[in-house]
Amino acid sequence: MKKIVLALAGTALLVAAAVVYTVSSRHETAEAGPAAQLTLAPGQLFYRDTATGRVGAVPLADAGAKPQLSGLKCDRFAVAGQTAVCLAVKPGTLPAVTDVLVLDGRLGVRHTETLPGTPSRARVSPDGKRVYWTLFVTGDSYAQTGFSTRAGLYEVDTGRLVKTIEELPVFVEGKRYFAADVNYWGITFAPDGNRFYATLGSKGKTYLVEADYGRYRGKALRENVECPSLSPDGKRVAFKKKVGEGVWRLSVLDLATLRETELAETRSVDDQALWQDDHTVLYGLENAVWAVPADGSGAPRQLVGGAASPAVTG
Amino acid sequence: MYIAASRTSDLAAGTDRKPALKRVSANVVALGAVSLVTDVSSEMVTAVLPLYLVLGLGLNPLQFGLLDGLYAGATAVVRVLGGHLADRWRRLKAVAGFGYGLSAVCKLGLVAAGSSVAAIGVVLAADRTGKGLRTGPRDALISLSSEPEALGRSFGVHRAMDTVGAFLGPLVAMAVLALSLGSYPSVFVTSFCIAAIAVLLLALFVHDRPGAVDRAAVSLRAALGLLRQQDFRRVALWAALLGLVTVGDSFVYLVLQRRWEIAATWFPLLPLGTAGVYLVLAVPLGKLADRVGRWPVFLGGHAALCLALVLLCGPQAGLWLGIIALGLHGVFYAATDGVLMAAAGPLIPRDLRATGMAVVQTGQAVARMLSSVLFGLAWTLWDLRPAVLVAAACLAAVALAAALAKPVRP
Repeated sequence: MKKIVLALAGTALLVAAAVVYTVSSRHETAEAGPAAQLTLAPGQLFYRDTATGRVGAVPLADAGAKPQLSGLKCDRFAVAGQTAVCLAVKPGTLPAVTDVLVLDGRLGVRHTETLPGTPSRARVSPDGKRVYWTLFVTGDSYAQTGFSTRAGLYEVDTGRLVKTIEELPVFVEGKRYFAADVNYWGITFAPDGNRFYATLGSKGKTYLVEADYGRYRGKALRENVECPSLSPDGKRVAFKKKVGEGVWRLSVLDLATLRETELAETRSVDDQALWQDDHTVLYGLENAVWAVPADGSGAPRQLVGGAASPAVTG
Repeated sequence: MYIAASRTSDLAAGTDRKPALKRVSANVVALGAVSLVTDVSSEMVTAVLPLYLVLGLGLNPLQFGLLDGLYAGATAVVRVLGGHLADRWRRLKAVAGFGYGLSAVCKLGLVAAGSSVAAIGVVLAADRTGKGLRTGPRDALISLSSEPEALGRSFGVHRAMDTVGAFLGPLVAMAVLALSLGSYPSVFVTSFCIAAIAVLLLALFVHDRPGAVDRAAVSLRAALGLLRQQDFRRVALWAALLGLVTVGDSFVYLVLQRRWEIAATWFPLLPLGTAGVYLVLAVPLGKLADRVGRWPVFLGGHAALCLALVLLCGPQAGLWLGIIALGLHGVFYAATDGVLMAAAGPLIPRDLRATGMAVVQTGQAVARMLSSVLFGLAWTLWDLRPAVLVAAACLAAVALAAALAKPVRP
């Protein structure tokens, strides 16, 4: 009898502690301040405000200015032209399900796709006609924390959806490559809207794949290139290069000469870099958005604190 | 006369018609409750961890998956150590309790680790260590608290309760995420509180095995001597051999998904199908094992898996065949997981029960890890369906050989 009383009292106490902690966490994540009406006007730096999860914006020329926060909540955000894409995990879904929101110039929702997985990367093609994303997918194994990536895209004009580019026929060293564990992540499109680049991961190796969207085939250009990002002039690719287990270094690859240049950022960066223009690369690191020269010179400079997933309007 | 007659009939009815739960010892039910509550706690973390790592911390999960595989191998060693220490110190409950406690504290460790990858790695390794340490002593306690002829039923009851916890975990995690407006630390703190309840239940209601035993009896040499004992060695060996030809869960689900073109959104529900069948059949198949023999039921489980694989790769791909295959996969778990422990238990001296059970489990676990590497290789070489068919053929051959060898005498 004494034991039952003890068990009940202990259980009640522990449950109460859990409930109190859980409920008190509500305040930290609750809404703060009214939402501003943002548009995709040129010259802005967008980002995800990490405290609230809302999309914020500052003038690119004056990143220290007071930011405006929209009502839109995203885990990844990207823009180009008059199109934006927002990847947001649906709250309370386990395993995770992500809403891919295709947005217009006033950040109004034009289209929604709901896909399984957790947001990882998002981009819009330079012409604003395609949005693409990478999601981490779990649940392939029951008892383990196993992950794989799924990179897909959506054609804004035609409404065509490619849930995954895993079926893309790809050639490595001139030979058609087949493997069961093929994973793609980090797509980036050229200004012509046809040529694109992505990371192919398989059997512990990663490759930079150059592909033709119209002919739908690709070839591996180089090993150890992850999360490519094509420069506005289409000649260089900024990427993260693996230099150790879980350690990446931002580099730029010249596509004509295949020469690599390590950037001045010496810390490990796990993000898909973003070209602000032909000379500057932006990325998220340690809860802030940073800028570094694309030619390997200079030093990294913090643009906005408490921020991730940078995006700029040209 | 009338009174005496009614009394005897009462007694007869009493022995024949007791409900299943009444016939397993209170200790087994208490251990089942501890496992149930612990599984709620651990499965809620498992469910949110990928989300937390990627969204909350911005880690690259592919790297993380590699690390996770490493830990799985490390726990194999810890498991035997846990079993051996429990036997040696004659403290099954204490060692199991330490394992449960360590895992509980690790949930708070996740909060404390913050965004440090190294710290999270250490915490998860400690969590796995806790799980490894407790498994052997816990199964030994179940085995020692049960009548030898009702071992299958006892393990069935325990595994069914365990699975209920696994079902509830993700639901509780979802509720906490909803209530806290998406706060991951809240999930971890709640998970700790629930794990602490399990430790409390263990401390209050689980009894260590009865009877004093000679301390000197359990030495490392005695533990090694287990493998010199023919019956035990044969069971451990056959269990490991069968593990080597067992196709891992994730592969089964992948075949199911590919052939039936299941939408990716539904994919995570497949394991729930297996777990559901496991939950329903764990007790009935445990009882069946007590009646017709544990080894036949254990092998029958492997036959069910073999059948499921053949169905998955056969010429037809009807919806019902897919559902039947998933059901058979659940039967495989219900007929093997607890039943193997019930089969091995009586072959191990009481003093060495935890060590022996840990050895059998570790052999099986290592073999299964090896099998998934080999299967992955076969898959890349021959493609998925031929690989599955070859695996099914190997499984059938080994199961047949095991049936002929009859390592467990009835």
